[in-house]
Amino acid sequence: MLSSPWRSDFPALAVMEAQGEVYLDSAATAQKPQALISALTGYYTSGAANVHRAQHASAERATRAFEGTRTKLASWLNAAEPTEIIFTRGATEALNLLAYGMEAHIDAGDEIAITALEHHANLLPWQQLAQRRNAHLVVLPLDKAGHIDLEAATQLIGPRTRVLAASQLSNVLGTQQPLHRLLPLAKAQGALTVVDGAQGIVHQRTDVRSLGCDFYVLSSHKLYGPEGVGVLYGRREALARLRHWQFGGEMVQLAEFQHAQFRPAPLGFEAGTPPIAGVIGLGAVLDYLGGLDQAALAAHEHRLHRMLVDGLAMRDGIRLLGRPDCALASFTVEGVHPADLSHLLTEQGVAVRSGTHCAMPLMGRLGVSGAIRASLAFYNDGADLEVFFCALDRALELLR
Amino acid sequence: MNEPTLPPAAREAIDAFTGAAGWEQRARLLMQWGERLEPLADSERSDENRVRGCESQVWLIASEHDSRWHFRADSEARLLRGLLAVLLARVDGLDAQALRTVDVAEWFNRLGLGRQLSPSRANGINAVLSRMQALAAR
Repeated sequence: MLSSPWRSDFPALAVMEAQGEVYLDSAATAQKPQALISALTGYYTSGAANVHRAQHASAERATRAFEGTRTKLASWLNAAEPTEIIFTRGATEALNLLAYGMEAHIDAGDEIAITALEHHANLLPWQQLAQRRNAHLVVLPLDKAGHIDLEAATQLIGPRTRVLAASQLSNVLGTQQPLHRLLPLAKAQGALTVVDGAQGIVHQRTDVRSLGCDFYVLSSHKLYGPEGVGVLYGRREALARLRHWQFGGEMVQLAEFQHAQFRPAPLGFEAGTPPIAGVIGLGAVLDYLGGLDQAALAAHEHRLHRMLVDGLAMRDGIRLLGRPDCALASFTVEGVHPADLSHLLTEQGVAVRSGTHCAMPLMGRLGVSGAIRASLAFYNDGADLEVFFCALDRALELLR
Repeated sequence: MNEPTLPPAAREAIDAFTGAAGWEQRARLLMQWGERLEPLADSERSDENRVRGCESQVWLIASEHDSRWHFRADSEARLLRGLLAVLLARVDGLDAQALRTVDVAEWFNRLGLGRQLSPSRANGINAVLSRMQALAAR
């Protein structure tokens, strides 16, 4: 039986187990390690303070810890310097920041390229930007397995392409996208490149410089960290092209009644009091993750994923969406409505997602109205999957 | 407890569901009850009759006779059809005033189906009830 040596680092798993619940919805949000819980408790019990403002001791302590996370993230992503890391309130906000920050570079008739598998968070900000500027939203199609069709992309990315925004790992299909070949197509046209790493960063360490993107976005709560924190990496030159978008707080350099001057990145893009505890907590999570045996972790996740995909494949009438590479699998069952299946899995304590997974246009293209998604994290083990398959069989027996 | 005013179908639901042992029997019952829904014509499964806010497609048609409301509902998901059937068993034939005040949460709790009404559920029973109340208020 495949067991996870890291499971006991996550107190919630034991609580859920005691309640008869199996958690297979980590792509929606991950459970939290004790290291995070201790860091949050430590921060709040030793004196909260606002950052970048006061000179008193607790403010200095908070600011140092807050900026420490920025430094850790820069090294985690291999950014050139910590000032290339901006904290937002989530990945969605980071993508909205980009869509507003780039607005001045988009003219009527310009093109913004996204892919057919984007989460609404990496679709709607660009769709709305295109509408505001009378630009075109170009949607790069997928091949059958669920990877971006590079041949089509070569045709569709052209001299009017100003931005390419693409996911690293699909939250519906579990397919890793060929970004090393896709991004150069956009760069060759002088376009800015945006990578949505909300799912990707959870399952592979990413080097933004070797990836060669201008911007990279991730979400703390999917990476075992607290909610309310997103991270935007921007290459220094690319950040300098963004216009400020939210105003107030310490993002200002000089304020008069009729005009103001603003700070450059990162602080110029962090209006208002940031999620201080969350950022400090994320730093503790990075320390925790950094201390794990990366090779053992990847091997464990790979074995779990194989078990999931093989187990689904050997059951009659199950159709996988795409050919998932890692992390998750979405599926439909012939003659069974996903809502019925999800209802009966829930009755048996299995936490999966059903529905359109914040990707309605993708579901439309796949010709399905909904699907069940089981998603994995390294705290899952073989027993979780056994419970899942047993529950799946009993549910299907009832429904068919 | 307004026991005497409960319609016969509602009493039948109470007898059936409170006697159910475990989730499997409840699921079977829901599917059986779903089969009892009056079928909708294809033309009635229209966008206009569709209830927004449900993850699965749900259609609802209301008609009034002698100040009492009669509903027909359908869905493509079988368990949801069952939930609709037990909802209809409780609310069918009520007047607009009673419809506004009916405690659906209490009703589903009594049947052991309270979890199906939690706000995180996208099945939309709450949306269906709101739509019923809105139709009856017109």
